[in-house]
Amino acid sequence: MSKKKLTFSLNYRKPKSQYKDSDELMICIRYYHKCSNTDKTKIIKKSTGVKCMLKDWNTDWHKSNDRAPVKSTDPNAKKKNKILKEKVKSFDIDELYSSVKNDSFSPYLNSKIPFGDIEKKWTNHKNTIDLVSPANKRNIDIIVVGTGLAGGSAAATLAELGYNVKAFCFQDSPRRAHSIAAQGGINAAKNYQGDGDSVYRLFYDTVKGGDYRSREENVYRLAEVSANIIDQCVAQGVPFARDYGGLLDNRSFGGVLVSRTFYAKGQTGQQLLLGAYSAMNRQIARGKIKMYNRHEMLDIVKVDGKARGIITRNLVNGEIERHSAHAVVLASGGYGNVFYLSTNAMGSNVTAAWKAHKRGAFFANPCFTQIHPTCIPVSGDHQSKLTLMSESLRNDGRIWVPKKSEDAKNVRSGKLKPTEIAENDRDYFLERRYPAFGNLVPRDVASRAAKERCDAGFGVNKTGEAVYLDFASSIIRYGKEQALVNGQDENNVELVQKLGKEIIKKKYGNLFQMYEKIVDQNPYETPMMIYPAVHYTMGGIWVDYNLMTTVPGLYAIGEANFSDHGANRLGASALMQGLADGYFVLPYTIGDYLSKEISTGPIPNDTEEFIKAEKEAKEKINLFINNKGSKRVDYFHKKLGKIMWNKCGMARNKKDLESAIKEISALRKDFWKNVKVPGSQDEFNEELAKAGRVADFLELGELFAKDALDREESCGGHFREEHQTKEGEATRKKEFQFVSAWEYVGEPKNAILHKEELKYKNIEVKERSYK
Amino acid sequence: MRLTLKIWRQKNSETKGKIESYDIDEISPDMSFLEMLDVLNAKLINEDQEPVSFDHDCREGICGSCSLFINGRAHGPDRRITTCQLHMRKFKDGDTIYIEPFRAKAFPVIKDLVVDRSAFDRIQHAGGYISINTSGNTQDANATPVNKEDADAAFDAATCIGCGACVASCKNSSAMLFVGAKVSQYSLLPQGQTEASRRVINMVNQMDLEGFGNCSNTGACEVECPKGISLDNIARMNRELVKASFK
Amino acid sequence: MKNFITTSIGKKFAMALSAIFLMVFLLQHFLINITSVFSADIFNFLSHFMGTNPLVQFILQPILIAGVIFHFVMGFYLEFQNRKATKYEYHKVRGGANSTWMSRNMIWSGLVILSFLILHFIDFWFPEMNHKYVEFLPEDPNRYYDELVEKFESPVRVLFYCVSFVLLSLHLLHGFSSSLKSMGTNKTYVSTVKNLSNFYAIGIPAGFCFIAVFHLLSHL
Repeated sequence: MSKKKLTFSLNYRKPKSQYKDSDELMICIRYYHKCSNTDKTKIIKKSTGVKCMLKDWNTDWHKSNDRAPVKSTDPNAKKKNKILKEKVKSFDIDELYSSVKNDSFSPYLNSKIPFGDIEKKWTNHKNTIDLVSPANKRNIDIIVVGTGLAGGSAAATLAELGYNVKAFCFQDSPRRAHSIAAQGGINAAKNYQGDGDSVYRLFYDTVKGGDYRSREENVYRLAEVSANIIDQCVAQGVPFARDYGGLLDNRSFGGVLVSRTFYAKGQTGQQLLLGAYSAMNRQIARGKIKMYNRHEMLDIVKVDGKARGIITRNLVNGEIERHSAHAVVLASGGYGNVFYLSTNAMGSNVTAAWKAHKRGAFFANPCFTQIHPTCIPVSGDHQSKLTLMSESLRNDGRIWVPKKSEDAKNVRSGKLKPTEIAENDRDYFLERRYPAFGNLVPRDVASRAAKERCDAGFGVNKTGEAVYLDFASSIIRYGKEQALVNGQDENNVELVQKLGKEIIKKKYGNLFQMYEKIVDQNPYETPMMIYPAVHYTMGGIWVDYNLMTTVPGLYAIGEANFSDHGANRLGASALMQGLADGYFVLPYTIGDYLSKEISTGPIPNDTEEFIKAEKEAKEKINLFINNKGSKRVDYFHKKLGKIMWNKCGMARNKKDLESAIKEISALRKDFWKNVKVPGSQDEFNEELAKAGRVADFLELGELFAKDALDREESCGGHFREEHQTKEGEATRKKEFQFVSAWEYVGEPKNAILHKEELKYKNIEVKERSYK
Repeated sequence: MRLTLKIWRQKNSETKGKIESYDIDEISPDMSFLEMLDVLNAKLINEDQEPVSFDHDCREGICGSCSLFINGRAHGPDRRITTCQLHMRKFKDGDTIYIEPFRAKAFPVIKDLVVDRSAFDRIQHAGGYISINTSGNTQDANATPVNKEDADAAFDAATCIGCGACVASCKNSSAMLFVGAKVSQYSLLPQGQTEASRRVINMVNQMDLEGFGNCSNTGACEVECPKGISLDNIARMNRELVKASFK
Repeated sequence: MKNFITTSIGKKFAMALSAIFLMVFLLQHFLINITSVFSADIFNFLSHFMGTNPLVQFILQPILIAGVIFHFVMGFYLEFQNRKATKYEYHKVRGGANSTWMSRNMIWSGLVILSFLILHFIDFWFPEMNHKYVEFLPEDPNRYYDELVEKFESPVRVLFYCVSFVLLSLHLLHGFSSSLKSMGTNKTYVSTVKNLSNFYAIGIPAGFCFIAVFHLLSHL
């Protein structure tokens, strides 16, 4: 499967030609780890501290018999060669590679998958994992950053178990985290509808929906605990929708063949978040959670390689604070706002995750972003954020653009109304391209198809970036049905229209109202206009089976990690993952690490590491305040968003990605030179908070583009124009069936790639087709 | 559109504030109210003045962050929406718009239009929960059927976004609609019954401690509530408290 | 239980309870007075009964007075508390957009009613008390009707009474349903309560006005 190779080399720091013969250079010992199926090599570098002059270096050391890299011209050659050989011997190669053997390419990525059949892995793991006794839990502190579904549920559960939790959120209350905006529902393999749903089926749908880029074992566990989530939430008083028998109701969502989505009207996220928040309230009242509202995390503090605390800024008075703990949990959500315009909240940011990345946590699959097909289009330059219209609308709405480009032109200029375009002159492009799934193809497919039509010049709003979502035929269909039921004349057009509209109103009334408020058009009379928008990021911090990042003691849960959705997320799965991680996974797995910390004692927050991190954070803030530049933070954010959307958006190509990396890098330089932050550091200062967030987006954006460039295939939300079929469908590549985990080494574009191989033992990898 | 904005400016909680006047031009009717404020802030920053601080986050009417008392009404002139869902087409060219923070003794101003609504959180800490541990062997979700009407009513109460418009619109700064909604949600569900007495007593006591006023049933809260939470929830809370107190 | 009355809801409940008690009294007061329009004899009979029955005089009357005082004192106290809770004034408020004038001005309508009550006490109750318990004048079962008529000979007083009754009506228009809401009326009764409230709040004060004007006009 893989080969190991040892090499010696000199550590050049500038072009070879610039060195003199008498210059001394460090000798590096490198282990190459070559993978047979991708033919790519991975380096495990070990620098030794032995130096030699350039003239004494034996370039052909591997050809000589003794394989000695230092020539005998060096007076100490013998000694130096001996040291090097001893170093080589001292490496425990077997140990280094033992972690590689199982699941990953890179020795740094040990996913710690338990042994056994997939159905038993989680149970076995729970049974054998180390636990912390109740008496010891009282002495252990845990920091949770973010209070959405994942963070809120984790904080509450950890506190229930007896740990001392400190929870942080930048909002004024945990209840305002952006999980609250999720509309549709939450999946769970309950099979209450008796339609053949099972843990396996949910697992299968999620892996397939993710285009085979998620970790099988994590997804299986997710499906396994999904049923518990519903039980837990109902016991907490979450008012899910019920039928007249008093039992829970389900609806179906895109990409699956069963009804497994539990919902609370169009506000499922809100109800679940309030449930988690109520569980937190109980622990806050008991004093087990100490809540820090309006606090922004600025940095992670590592002590002896382990995550031991965070630096925060109190957003009300600007105070920089040091907080220590035995473990740190990041539940800070996704980074969709790197696009400036997205359906994320204004405050959603990558800072916590990015700071963790800079402190050693690998960032996985940053280019996997979900673009949701049904959002309200951008209305102008002033737009600050995009609004999502629930996926459920595609059940009854038909998506189309005009067939003739002159019609499209006239619609754009306002000369023609959509209702005046004849049925034959309409192009229902999803129904045309995907007859089997029609308007209900998964999100990535629908978004790309809409973009393709708009790019071809058939867009229907002023900017040419919108398609129609039309309910007219559903209104007639429902109206006729209802007329028949009522025993009325089904050919009476007016009556049918009226009855049909009533039915549509019952189903989607609140969404239609929302649309009308924003766009000022009546969607019952004229088709809605929609366009895809950035919605969710599948990528995130790399975590192992225990949800621990590559930094010991640092965990990532919810949207902040990468593990469960692969390259595309199915509807109603984000809520499921957030709560699964927070309620049922992390509280168990964190014990494995903390059981080794019981004798550590309280972590002081005034050690060198904390003070240094605090100083760095303060310096950065002072830099912003004293910069006195000429351009507002939003200027840079908008500009970054434009680059991201145009070059790393729904369709990407090599040329654009390469130029995106350059442009972002240049924009970042400009930002640090010319950014203008008004006010001072010791007050409520939103511009200052924004500046810090945008600074991190400017780095993440570059890594994003690099990851997209590196992934020479199309899969899920990642579409490379070079890799498509004649019909414009995505072409996946077997050799890219891995997780790209990036290690930070300075400039994001120089990040080092580590690969975790993805193996599917319980599922057959097939081509995704919706034709 | 051209507008005159009269905005409450206050440096921090200690200093006194005052209304200041700003003229703003080139406002598109398609902008949301908060986007109009973004435009104002951009202008202020470019002119080396301090931008106006205001709370906002999701900008789709669900997080409850945005507040603002606009032209004498919480969340502005339109009904059943939050400020972020208010669009400038509701105003006319040349209008003067008063923008003030939500006012109540229990909601101290942090800066400009940003107020501290943590009193709501403390009321929730006092009893806004059902005591259930996360164990993974909780009874099955369908083991206790809940009558659909009750489930729907509990949901309607639970849609509260905690924005504080009820307090801001109330001439007495009463928080009873907020507390009533939370008490109602749990009292309508079988899961919440065991702790019902303790919950309502503790939450009401905390509400009083926070310095909210008394309810005089003016109904302003119900009208201004972006989620249309009914006054009926207050009546239910009153019943619950009586029941709990005389048990 | 012991803390109930000190909670905001408890106070509101007590306020509502006293209001309901006063409304029952008002109804009975009205029913007796309206008889004066039809028959002086019935009116005299009822008045004499109420004025001499020891149960009414020594138990119900003190309770009523306590109720009136409680309602006023509590009203002022709650208003004071509410003002404290609001602390800052808005520069611009459009109360009319979300609530009725009546509901926002209970304190003012209440104050007018208080001043009316003072006059009313001076007119009827003090002379009555004086008659019975200070000067111990002999009982006269037929004096009530004439006393009543005599008071309404002055158009100024009748006008003041009528204005007060309008304010009372406004007070009741909000107060009736509000008190029932405070007691926790179930939503299924909301529309019934509203109709009943409007009927009572307009009917009773209008009836009192009618009595006053009737006597003014019929004895010109």
